[in-house]
Amino acid sequence: MSDVPDAVIVGAGVVGAACAYYASRAGLTVTVVDRGSVAAGTTGAGEGNLLVSDKEAGPELDLALLSTRLWRELAETLPPEIEYERKGGLVVAPDGAALTALRDFARGQAAAGVETHEIPADRLGDLEPHLAPGLAGGFLYPQDAQVQPAMAAAQLLRAARADVRLGQEVTGVLTDRRGAVRGVRTPRGDLHAPAVVNATGTWGAALAELAGVKLPVRPRRGFVLVTEPLPPGLVRHKVYAADYIADVASGSADLQSSAVVEGTPAGTVLIGATRERVGFDRTLSTEALRRLAAQATALFPVLSGVRAIRAYHGFRPYLPDHLPAIGADPRVPGLYHACGHEGAGIGLAPATGLLVAAALRGERPPLDTGPLRPDRFDDTEGDAW
Amino acid sequence: MTADLAVVGAGPAGLAAAATAARLGLRVTLLDAAERPGGQIHRHPAGGPVPRAARRLTRRLPYAPGGRAGTSAPGRAGAPRASAASRDRDRVTYLPGHHVWTVARDGDTWLLHAVAGVDEEPAVVRARAVLLATGAHERQLPFPGWTLPGVVGAGGAQAMLKGGLALPGRRVVVAGSGPLLLAVATTLAAAGARVPALVEAADYTAYARHAAALARNPAKLVQGALHGGALLGRGTRLLTRHAVTAAHGTARVEAVTVTGLDADWRPVPGTGRRIPCDALAVGHGLVPQLELATGLGCATRRTPDGTPALEVDAGQRTSVPGVWAAGETCGVGGAELAETEGEIAALSVTGRTSAALARRRARLRAFADAMAAAHRPGPGWTDWLDGTTEVCRCEEVTAATIREAVDGLGARDARSVKLLTRAGMGWCQGRVCGPAVARLAGHDPAPDRRPLSCPVPLSQLAQPPGAER
Repeated sequence: MSDVPDAVIVGAGVVGAACAYYASRAGLTVTVVDRGSVAAGTTGAGEGNLLVSDKEAGPELDLALLSTRLWRELAETLPPEIEYERKGGLVVAPDGAALTALRDFARGQAAAGVETHEIPADRLGDLEPHLAPGLAGGFLYPQDAQVQPAMAAAQLLRAARADVRLGQEVTGVLTDRRGAVRGVRTPRGDLHAPAVVNATGTWGAALAELAGVKLPVRPRRGFVLVTEPLPPGLVRHKVYAADYIADVASGSADLQSSAVVEGTPAGTVLIGATRERVGFDRTLSTEALRRLAAQATALFPVLSGVRAIRAYHGFRPYLPDHLPAIGADPRVPGLYHACGHEGAGIGLAPATGLLVAAALRGERPPLDTGPLRPDRFDDTEGDAW
Repeated sequence: MTADLAVVGAGPAGLAAAATAARLGLRVTLLDAAERPGGQIHRHPAGGPVPRAARRLTRRLPYAPGGRAGTSAPGRAGAPRASAASRDRDRVTYLPGHHVWTVARDGDTWLLHAVAGVDEEPAVVRARAVLLATGAHERQLPFPGWTLPGVVGAGGAQAMLKGGLALPGRRVVVAGSGPLLLAVATTLAAAGARVPALVEAADYTAYARHAAALARNPAKLVQGALHGGALLGRGTRLLTRHAVTAAHGTARVEAVTVTGLDADWRPVPGTGRRIPCDALAVGHGLVPQLELATGLGCATRRTPDGTPALEVDAGQRTSVPGVWAAGETCGVGGAELAETEGEIAALSVTGRTSAALARRRARLRAFADAMAAAHRPGPGWTDWLDGTTEVCRCEEVTAATIREAVDGLGARDARSVKLLTRAGMGWCQGRVCGPAVARLAGHDPAPDRRPLSCPVPLSQLAQPPGAER
C-alpha cells in the first residue's frame, strides 16, 4: 500500500523533527505524530545550546562534533528565523586550580577535534567587556553555537515534508504475531508503518513501555531565567564557569547549578540552567532561581541591577550514563529510539537524525553507535528513582 | 513573625477578608502592589482621601491620622483607644507597594516573596494560610489601528479619571464589551467628554435569557443595560452588536470604523461607518489574574465567557490546602461579590460558615455568570484583523505572523505560538495579547503560567533566604 509510510516518528520536538528531516532526505516517507504542538516538550524549554565545550572526549562529543557540522549545513538550508549563530563559548575559571582542571579538560577535547583557545586573564575583557574582574583565565570554544530551538524544530519539520499529525497522542504500539512493530494506535485511528521511532524525549520511557521494553529515561528539571531586553553586545558569547562541566556530568539527584549566561537576538539575556531530579514537579524553586541569579551576577556584575521578567522550567530526558539512546532496539524488531539526550538534545538533534535515518535504511552509521545502544541498560536501572 | 493569614490584594475581596479575619482574631498581613488600598475599582489619587465606597473596607486597616495609608507595623498607627476597630487594626499589617512575585511552600507555612516599593526592595512574608485576591485585568482584542496614540483601555480610562489624571480626549468613543463600558461612558461624560457612541459587541437582549438571575439583582447597572443604556447622556448612541473594527489617524486617532457584527462577532460586510473622535476607550471585559495561583498548582475552571478562573469550594478554598481565593480571581463578578467572597474566605479560614453570605454569593455568582455568558467574545472577531495588525505590541508580532505559525509551523496553542513568534514574550508577558493569541490558535485561553508574577531584580533573586517581615 502506497499510503503506508516507511516509519512513524513519535515526537515533534527537535529530535523527532531532525529524524524526519534526515529520513526524508534519505528517500524515506515518514509520518510524525505528537500529542501536542511542535516543540511543546523539552525543545520549547531549551535555550538552544549547540555546545561542544561542555563535553569531554567520548561518544557524546563525537556526536556533538558531527552535529556541529550538520548545523552549519542546516543554517545554509533552513530560513534565517532559526537564528543560528556561531557565537562561541567562553568557559572561565575562577581560580588557578579550576584553570588547571579546565586546561586538562580542553587538552582532551582538542585531541578529539575540538577547537580550543586558552584566554589569559588579562584578555578576557577583550572578549567580554562586562565580565567580573579577578578570574584566573578561560577557554574560548569557537564551535559553540546557538539556535532558536522551537523555530529550528518547526523549520526542520516543514523542510522534511513529512505527514505531520499534531494533537494526537500515541496510546499503543502495534505489533504483529512475531512481535515486530507495525505501527501505532491513536484515538483518531491506527497509523501503520513497519518502523516506529521513539523521539518522545523525557517521556521516552512511557513510549518504550507501550512497546513492551524498558528504557530508563527520567526527567531532570532545569530552570532558566530571562532578563528584560538589554542593549546588544552586553554578553557576546555563551559564558559559563568551569564548574558547569562537573554539574552536567554529575548523576546526583540534588539541585546543581552553574549559570550559563548568553544574550539573544531579542536583547534578553538567558541564564540557565539548574539540574535536579525531582520528577515532573512544576512548582517554582526559589532556591534554584537564587543560585542562577547569584552566579550570573557574580560572572557579570552589571546584571545585578537588571530585572528578570520570566522564569521557566523544562524536564531534560536523563539516562543514567548521560548518553542518549539512538538506533534500533534489538528487543523489538522495527522499534527505534532517539531520546534521552538530557540537556543536549537541541545540539545533538541533527546527528541523531542522521544516525536514525541510516538505521532505518539498514545502512552503516557515520559513527560508532555501540555506546548509544538502547538495550544497554540493566533491567533494574532507573527503578530506584 | 508568622502571620495567621497573608492576603494578596487590597481590592474589595482582600480588604473584606483582612477586616473579617482581624475581627475573628487572626493576625493578618495584607500585601498589595498598589500604593493605595481599594484595588482597581476604588482607585484614587495618591494623597487624596479614600473614596467613600472604599472607606467601609479600609476602616480596619492600620492608617495614620488623616486617612493616609501607613506602611505600619502592627500597633504603631492605631489609636490607643481599645475600640473594636482599633483592636482589629492592630492585627493587620498592611504592606502597600508590595508586588508578590511568588508564593512558595516552606514546611507547613507559606513564604510570600515580594518586590517592595519604588526601590524594588526584597520583602518576604511568612504565613500559615494564604488568601489570593489578585483581581483581574482588562481583556483587549486587537483591531487595525489599536496601537495608535489616543486608543486607551476602557478600564484604563476609568482609572486615569479616578486617579485624578486628565481625560484621554474631548470626543471619546467607548467600545468593546461588558458592563464596565456603561460605567466608563458615564464617567467620561461626567468629566466633560463628549461620548458620541458606546459600541457594544454583545447584544444586551442576551441578558433576557438569564431573566431569573437578573430579576434577583435589581442593580442600577442592569436596569440601564436593559433599557438600552438609559444611563447614557442624550448625545451618546448605544450601538449593540457592533465593534470598532479599525481606528484611523496618523499621529493619533482621528476616527474609528464601527461595523455591525453577527452572533459570532464576525463583521457584517457593508455595515461599516466612520465616527470622528480624538480618543477611543476600548475593553472586552476582565480576565482573572491567576499566575500566583497557577504557580501553586491551584485548579481552575472555565467561566461562561471562556476565561479560566480559580476553582473554589463553598469555603473559598482552592484545590491546594492552605490556599484560599476570593473575588475576581474566582471569576469576574464585581465588587459586591468580591467582598462577599472575601468575608466567606476569612470565616472559612477560621472554620466558620455563614448561610446568609452563602446565599448572597450564590445570587451574585449566578448574575455574574449570566453577564459573562452574554459578553463572551464570539470566535468571529478575528475576522476584523488584517495581516499587519500587531497582536503582540511588546514584541511587535502581527496577526499574519501568528497565523503562519499556526497554519504552517505546527503551533496549536498560545504557548507554541509564543515559542515560534515571540508573541507574549515581552514586558507584559502576554497579559495583553494572551486571550487574542489563544483565539488565533483556535482555542479559549489556557490558565496563565507566569512563575514570576512581576519583574524581579536579579540582585533580589540572588539574596540568600533570610529576613522576613
